[in-house]
Amino acid sequence: MEKTASRSAGKSRVKNGNLSPRRRIYEIVMRALLYISSGLTVALLLFIIGTILVDGVPGLSWQFLTTQESVINDTNGILPAIQNTLYVIVVTLIIVLPLGVGAAIYLTEYAGNRRLVAAIEYATETLAGIPSILYALVGMLVFCQMMGLGKTLLAGSLTLVIMTLPTIIRTTQESLKTVPQSYREGALGLGAGRWHMIRTIVLPSSIDGIVTGCILAIGRIVGESAVLMFTAGMSMTMQDFFSSGGLIDSSGATLTVALYVYAKERADFKLAMSVAVVLLCITLCINLAAKLVGKRLKKK
Amino acid sequence: MSNTIIQAKNLNLYYGENHALKNICLDLPEREITALIGPSGCGKSTFLRTINRMNDLIAGVRIEGQLLYRGEDVYAPGQSVTDLRRRVGMVFQKANPFPMSIYDNIAYGPRTHGIRSRAKLDEIVESSLRGAALWDEVYDRLKKSALGLSGGQQQRLCIARALAVKPDVLLMDEATSALDPISTSKIEELAVDLKKDYTIIMVTHNMQQAARVSDKTAFFLLGEMIEFGDTETLFSRPSDKRTEDYITGRFG
Repeated sequence: MEKTASRSAGKSRVKNGNLSPRRRIYEIVMRALLYISSGLTVALLLFIIGTILVDGVPGLSWQFLTTQESVINDTNGILPAIQNTLYVIVVTLIIVLPLGVGAAIYLTEYAGNRRLVAAIEYATETLAGIPSILYALVGMLVFCQMMGLGKTLLAGSLTLVIMTLPTIIRTTQESLKTVPQSYREGALGLGAGRWHMIRTIVLPSSIDGIVTGCILAIGRIVGESAVLMFTAGMSMTMQDFFSSGGLIDSSGATLTVALYVYAKERADFKLAMSVAVVLLCITLCINLAAKLVGKRLKKK
Repeated sequence: MSNTIIQAKNLNLYYGENHALKNICLDLPEREITALIGPSGCGKSTFLRTINRMNDLIAGVRIEGQLLYRGEDVYAPGQSVTDLRRRVGMVFQKANPFPMSIYDNIAYGPRTHGIRSRAKLDEIVESSLRGAALWDEVYDRLKKSALGLSGGQQQRLCIARALAVKPDVLLMDEATSALDPISTSKIEELAVDLKKDYTIIMVTHNMQQAARVSDKTAFFLLGEMIEFGDTETLFSRPSDKRTEDYITGRFG
């Protein structure tokens, strides 16, 4: 009896009044639990953002954002860290996007050996989940020492390329797979070459997914500290990227590393919180920008 | 007697171990409609897809024998697949307009083959849409997405898209099976109209359609081509017992 009643209630969306008392209590309890879990999640998020803003915003000033720290004047400034962060994001993306998107296109559109592709997919999935400190270790040994780059932002970016490559490949592949096979057949049936078909039909239809992958990658880059501490150095002074060799030789702390230095080595939590505010803003801006770019590309 | 445009000579096709087409010999006439009929899995679609080499896309396909298009072996080494597919167009079972405007859908083929001039493209778009009897319905919304068209209109758009590259042969793979009766009859009329300029080869599940529209019919069964001839003869006095059983509805 009870079972049929609940089933018909579920189907016709009859109000709780028609349910048996036990069912009604069950519904109410479940609903309350769901409210609580989503409420807690939101509360936690607001608490984190609130703490950062309350503690961090007072420390923000024009000077803080646009100068480097000075022991003589006793002022603080994180311009070098901002600059280093942007450098790492740009250099990493410039290398990882063509590499990752290219690999994904090859794996989904060209590769014939399904077994090999499955093995590679499994490997990239595993690599995507490896703790970043392992990448840091390998990056330090390979790029900094074996290749002789030393502790530089370039070595850091190269390590981040390896770290984000699996993410880019997987997300791009997934979005390529959502493009209906009939689009491909239609284009090929009109005499389009394979690359022409991919460029004009497949990539435009999957640009959303590629942008999502990009956002995820940027998130990992901005949030990464272990890799950069191992490979890119912790200097807080201004680097001149445009001097000769500056793009290759420069080394220094990104925002996350600077945050670590402020919080753990100098125990200046107010400053660390101010850096956190800047990090929050940068992440927000990059996500918005990426979404906008995605929309623009889609329209075309 | 019209000229032969497509000729299969002892054509065999294997999907891995599966022998899907068995020793097909068939001469298809120019500027006529040939219908390929037969029960599901008999190889008629597979045969259609060997003509413009769409089977190349499937891993593990092996082809023996010859398939000649205007005397040239389609599978000869050095044969340009893209050029072949431009001359042998295809309309698929399910309408597959690209997610772009009506105009861009039609212009896709010509652009692919290097036509950039705006005036030229405009002209091709109009003539192709007229050719597919769709112009009057869409001329005022060429810039709108093709995905907003009805199923029947989408299929005619796909025909127009195929016509836009000025093909010689049009392959229709059950092009009406997903459409309502009115859209179906429009496409049938269109096919009859198009055979003035094009050779049409259509796969159909619908025997009435084959009888209504086609000039020649080939009956396939289990990978073999059982009987080929004038549609009227094949439907009224089939020479093979299996053809008779199929068209009278005893199996299939």
